[in-house]
Amino acid sequence: MTDETTAPGIPEPEGASAIIDTEYNIGQDNVEGQVGPFGFDIHNPVFMISSLSIAFFVFYALVFRDQASDFFTGVDAAAVAGCEAGAFCDLGLRSFLTSNFDWFFLSAANVFVLFCLLLIVTPLGAVRLGGTDATPDYTYIGWFAMLFAAGMGIGLMFFGVLEPVYYFGTPWGDQPLGAVRPFAEDGTLIEANIEEARRMALAATIFHWGLHPWAIYAVVALSLALFSYNKGLPLTIRSAFYPIFGERVWGWTGHIIDTLAVFATLFGLATSLGFGAQQANAGLEYVYGIPNNTTVQVLLITAITAIALVSVVRGLDGGVKVLSEINMVIAALLLLFVLFAAGALGILSGFFGGLLAYAQEIVPLSNPVGREDTGYVQGWTAFYWAWWISWSPFVGMFIARVSRGRTVREFVICVLLIPSLVCILWMATFGGAAIEQVINDPAGSAVKAQVIDSYNPPISLFAMLEGLPWSAITSTIGIVLVIVFFVTSSDSGSLVIDTITAGGKVDAPLPQRVFWCTFEGAVAIVLLLGGGLGALQAMVISTGLPFTIILLLMCWAIFKGLQDERRKI
Amino acid sequence: MYTNIMIPVDLAHVADLGKALDTGADLARHYGARICYVGVTAATPSAVAHNPAEFQQKLESFATEQGVKHGITTMAKAAISHDPAVDLDSTLLKTADEIGADLIVVASHIPGLKEYIWPSNGGALAGHATASVFVVRL
Repeated sequence: MTDETTAPGIPEPEGASAIIDTEYNIGQDNVEGQVGPFGFDIHNPVFMISSLSIAFFVFYALVFRDQASDFFTGVDAAAVAGCEAGAFCDLGLRSFLTSNFDWFFLSAANVFVLFCLLLIVTPLGAVRLGGTDATPDYTYIGWFAMLFAAGMGIGLMFFGVLEPVYYFGTPWGDQPLGAVRPFAEDGTLIEANIEEARRMALAATIFHWGLHPWAIYAVVALSLALFSYNKGLPLTIRSAFYPIFGERVWGWTGHIIDTLAVFATLFGLATSLGFGAQQANAGLEYVYGIPNNTTVQVLLITAITAIALVSVVRGLDGGVKVLSEINMVIAALLLLFVLFAAGALGILSGFFGGLLAYAQEIVPLSNPVGREDTGYVQGWTAFYWAWWISWSPFVGMFIARVSRGRTVREFVICVLLIPSLVCILWMATFGGAAIEQVINDPAGSAVKAQVIDSYNPPISLFAMLEGLPWSAITSTIGIVLVIVFFVTSSDSGSLVIDTITAGGKVDAPLPQRVFWCTFEGAVAIVLLLGGGLGALQAMVISTGLPFTIILLLMCWAIFKGLQDERRKI
Repeated sequence: MYTNIMIPVDLAHVADLGKALDTGADLARHYGARICYVGVTAATPSAVAHNPAEFQQKLESFATEQGVKHGITTMAKAAISHDPAVDLDSTLLKTADEIGADLIVVASHIPGLKEYIWPSNGGALAGHATASVFVVRL
């Protein structure tokens, strides 16, 4: 590097912003070198610690498979001496956290939503990411497609039918807010209960896909974008903690935060890749009769990783952005098809009904204390909140990467309100169509058979499509969409992990991204073959608790950071 | 023969560029051409600069320094890319057209095994630029 860096202070980016002047130079802890013909540029402790500990945990999950599974997902208390029902050994770490800290997850998520809504209405919302004169890097369409595909695409495919139908007809007693069941003990419909059950099912589903998850993502994304574009700190999770820990974020405090983020991202991706392959395989079996076994799943993971590699090599604009736009178009077509095939009028009234029900029930549903519907709160809501939170470093960092040039108000509205509305439309359409099938023909409905009579989550979407015309075509589109969403996640995940392990450098050599993308696929395959996917996913979700605290601190950091920005404008 | 020479520079690795910088300066003096030093950066903070404005500032002082050292006319142009690790070549090619370069002098390492998979930046420029390209081996 040249010496003229000693120019007085750091210039502002585009227009006024409150730069943080730190002694830290981005890349000062990095190691550059060659492995064979390929160059690398990695952050010294973070890269090594995260890749070695990932290798270690994969080893642990394989060699001590039963022990790991018992620890994270619990044992059957009745069969094990000395283990009482409801104790830690029975629940496992994951359920222990979601059942004992449900009040904490729910309260924290409420804080995030209120915080984001406040940002929209207060003057702090006028701050622009990247300085007062910055212009957006992406058009609304491209930006929106990317944040949506990274944020929840795959979940919509998996839960769009499953969740509303589950709440509508669950015989397991975890109806949201103790709502009525539309089925009598002998399985016949109770006409009087149908409307109320449908209303609650939609409201409870939308609750998990609406404002709360997007507020979680918005908090992380906003803090990263603010501290890197406006304050000049590296684009990595630790930078958001500068107002709290000061210069210590460049030391071990920061190493631990970044390593945790890499950890949650890679395992989150690898386990989802494993489960995604199982879902795609279940779909292929259901529609085409292709055998459902690990060989097919390993082939699917290999194919998904191979396509992701092509996209990785094509970069952000040529890869992820293009894929996200393809996703959005296919998803919109599928949505329109279901909308019209299942009766647009009924579904649109379901959409507004769902919106109204959500508005009416959001307060009781988000109430963290004194709830009696523990099956719903602990089994679903707390689980979802922990899940969104453990994914937030990945999604948040990706959203931050593409959001320069937006004002905070614009950012929060677009990350919070618009995706929530799309999710509501999606859930109202897929869930509404599926519930309609269940009501019209309880005995013959494939959805009821796969969700309520026997619990078979990966099939639910295809079972609903079966009840509509052209199901062979639409199911194939569904499978393609599942796969493309996974490719997008795998690709953007590699981008994020590479940036964190390169100390916030976005221009580290490309082979590093190829390494992470391949590593993800390899971890998924190893876990799929050796077992342990479930235990690891439980572990990822368990990281939700420490991250919730981290996110609460982030809100404070954002508030401080934005106040400084306001003073400069 | 040439009036507008472009030299891509990586401010994080200026030490490696000596030969290409000298070659470019000699050509500029010979033809009475102007040199434009082009740097590519992302909008996110990098090892070189905290933001694009600082990057442009550093590139300009680098260009001025080179101008004084070699007695030539220089200018600087910072190009912003969303993903410099991938878009470097295309960004450089676009910038060459924008500034109307008629000669690009680019440093390039000696090709090895990796170039069978990813062409070097020098190779990609030589392969696609409309201007003449002088590839200087390090």
